[in-house]
Amino acid sequence: MKKDIILAGVGGQGIISIASIIGYAALEQGMFLKQSEVHGMSQRGGDVMSNLRISHNEIASDLIPFGQADMIISIEPLESLRYLPYLSGHGWVITNTRPFNNIPNYPDMNEIMNEIGKVPHHIALDADATAKETGSVKAANIVILGAATPFLGMDYGKIEDAIRFIFRKKGDKIIELNLNALKAGSDFANKHM
Amino acid sequence: MQKLLLLGDEAIAQAALDAGLSGIYAYPGTPSTEITEFVQNSKFAHENHIHSKWSTNEKTAMESALGMSYAGKRAMVCMKHVGLNVAADPFINSAITGANGGLIVVAADDPSMHSSQNEQDSRFFGKFALVPILEPSDQQEAYDMVHYGYEFSEKYKVPVLMRITTRLAHSRSGVIRKPEVRKQNELKMPSDLRQFVLLPNIARKRYKNLLKDHSAFIVESESSPFNKYTDGPDKSMGIIVCGIANNYLFENFADRVVPNPVLKIGQYPMPRALVERMADACDEILVIEDGYPVVEELIKGYLGRGLKVKGRLDGTLPRDGELNPNLVAVALGKQDTYGLPVPDLVVGRPPSLCSGCPHIDSYYALSETLSQLSNGRVFSDIGCYTLGALKPYEAINSCVDMGASITMAKGAADAGLVPAVAVIGDSTFTHSGMTGLLDAINDKSPITIMILDNGTTAMTGGQDSPGFGKIEEICKGLGVEESHIRILKPLKKYHEENVAIMKEELAYQGVSVIIPRRECIVAIDKRMRDKFKNK
Repeated sequence: MKKDIILAGVGGQGIISIASIIGYAALEQGMFLKQSEVHGMSQRGGDVMSNLRISHNEIASDLIPFGQADMIISIEPLESLRYLPYLSGHGWVITNTRPFNNIPNYPDMNEIMNEIGKVPHHIALDADATAKETGSVKAANIVILGAATPFLGMDYGKIEDAIRFIFRKKGDKIIELNLNALKAGSDFANKHM
Repeated sequence: MQKLLLLGDEAIAQAALDAGLSGIYAYPGTPSTEITEFVQNSKFAHENHIHSKWSTNEKTAMESALGMSYAGKRAMVCMKHVGLNVAADPFINSAITGANGGLIVVAADDPSMHSSQNEQDSRFFGKFALVPILEPSDQQEAYDMVHYGYEFSEKYKVPVLMRITTRLAHSRSGVIRKPEVRKQNELKMPSDLRQFVLLPNIARKRYKNLLKDHSAFIVESESSPFNKYTDGPDKSMGIIVCGIANNYLFENFADRVVPNPVLKIGQYPMPRALVERMADACDEILVIEDGYPVVEELIKGYLGRGLKVKGRLDGTLPRDGELNPNLVAVALGKQDTYGLPVPDLVVGRPPSLCSGCPHIDSYYALSETLSQLSNGRVFSDIGCYTLGALKPYEAINSCVDMGASITMAKGAADAGLVPAVAVIGDSTFTHSGMTGLLDAINDKSPITIMILDNGTTAMTGGQDSPGFGKIEEICKGLGVEESHIRILKPLKKYHEENVAIMKEELAYQGVSVIIPRRECIVAIDKRMRDKFKNK
């Protein structure tokens, strides 16, 4: 099994947390992993992306080739479209529909949703609203991760375990909130895929 | 042994700690910063008194590391590629003095300029200095090479350059550590106490020695574990891959078997015999390397035969920018792959100054102050405040290299552009601005220097600023008149007051320094979170 994942968002939205959770779950199952991150100037409110590759076989390139990503996981709707050239024909886009508007020329939301609708396989949900309903506004990224779980090719429980590990120092309450956020995202995806 | 999940930068730092490092010296610079930070955050490093405090610039870092090597201990110095320009003088000369304790210089190149003003290739510097160069293809090799590099450095008494790129520096993968941690070296003087005295008659001998050793370096390269020749049945083309380019080649073969002969290079000087072997066996050679066409140019020249060499120079690969698996696929004559096109509505989202950033208030005040004058008077520098070039501020007119704001403003004023303004951050000022300020003072140049003091080295993630709490004392000490050192608070509510001060100093026909001082908003946030965490 191999999954090539593009993680997208705006600096500070928490794509590295998603990468850490999937990465931990993959390593626990003895998989290989390569994850390329963005540091430095681009973090100042600019677009950020990370290449996450997990596989049972050794991985060569740190970068995912264009046209070969299994999914794009995006915490921001405009950003989910920026990396479409990476997506393979059978790949999925899993994206938040809540815009992060920090530029003067942010496109019309209806047009963005229209473009997301054109992607053959996609899951789009308002992760911020869902996160709020589950009790933690900060967990929008975990809702999106939850919506990606049906496509990760690993048991849901492994992702739960990874969340317990990654947030282990934050206490049981935070872990529970994040597990709830994960579940809400996963439920949505299972209903809409 | 359990695998650690490490960034390329972290693998280098972990290896240095495991190899008996006594001190790491650096000035922050993307993508090299995390090497030093890893040592700073290491409990082991603290317990073993391993030096890791930031240096004022790359030159002071390089020289301190050389001093530690002189004293017989293992040292590492890290910088981004353009930092090696700053450290070029001690770096080139350290090849002549040679090392005593193992000395590794890490230069992190940035092909595609993700976070830099150029994409220069540090391998040129290594070749120029005649030192051996190590170029890892992955995080594990980065780890292993540091151990090898220290052994090599101490065997030949020579500094070793390690060249990495952004992609390796900032990519995570599994790394297996060596089972044992090596002890630090004991203090030990160089066997020849004149080794480091580069008077011409000594330097000439040292240089001959380096040239003699260089032949040995080539022999070492030819038998190095990091230079590997793998034969293949298809001799129509041989492939040379350097460092991380190796991964892009293998990405294009699902079974990881390449039909052509492949020479993977991870150690320089070039393994000449292996290149000759490929040239003898193959009809043509494709060179795949990230950065400049260093190897491609070299083998075109030194093979001295009509063999066709393909790569970045003949258009088989693009001349500039970072490599990726698709570019390599096309170079190999394979089918390119591409997903859906980017919809037309997708606009850029450039980085911008944070909401609440003090630079915003400084720029609004400065722009208003200059509004009655012709445009193009603001010389700036390297830091977050370089983002002031973008909309909506469009407040600066230059960004060249660390410290150039002050000296370019001075030159422009010498030419008659008065008033001219320099805008520089506190950390950049102590890095390379102080000497330029002395020039301006000695010439009584009519310039106004704004030292944007946010108390940190912000752009690289908030490292300590070497001149913290000393900025106006430094200015006074260099000779700026006390009445023309103006400290102001860059806040919206003081806007009018700040504009008035700027106008006064702009009218002054000499060197004036304005210090807008307010803590970086990200630094405050981090400080508050740390405080909360400790409660």
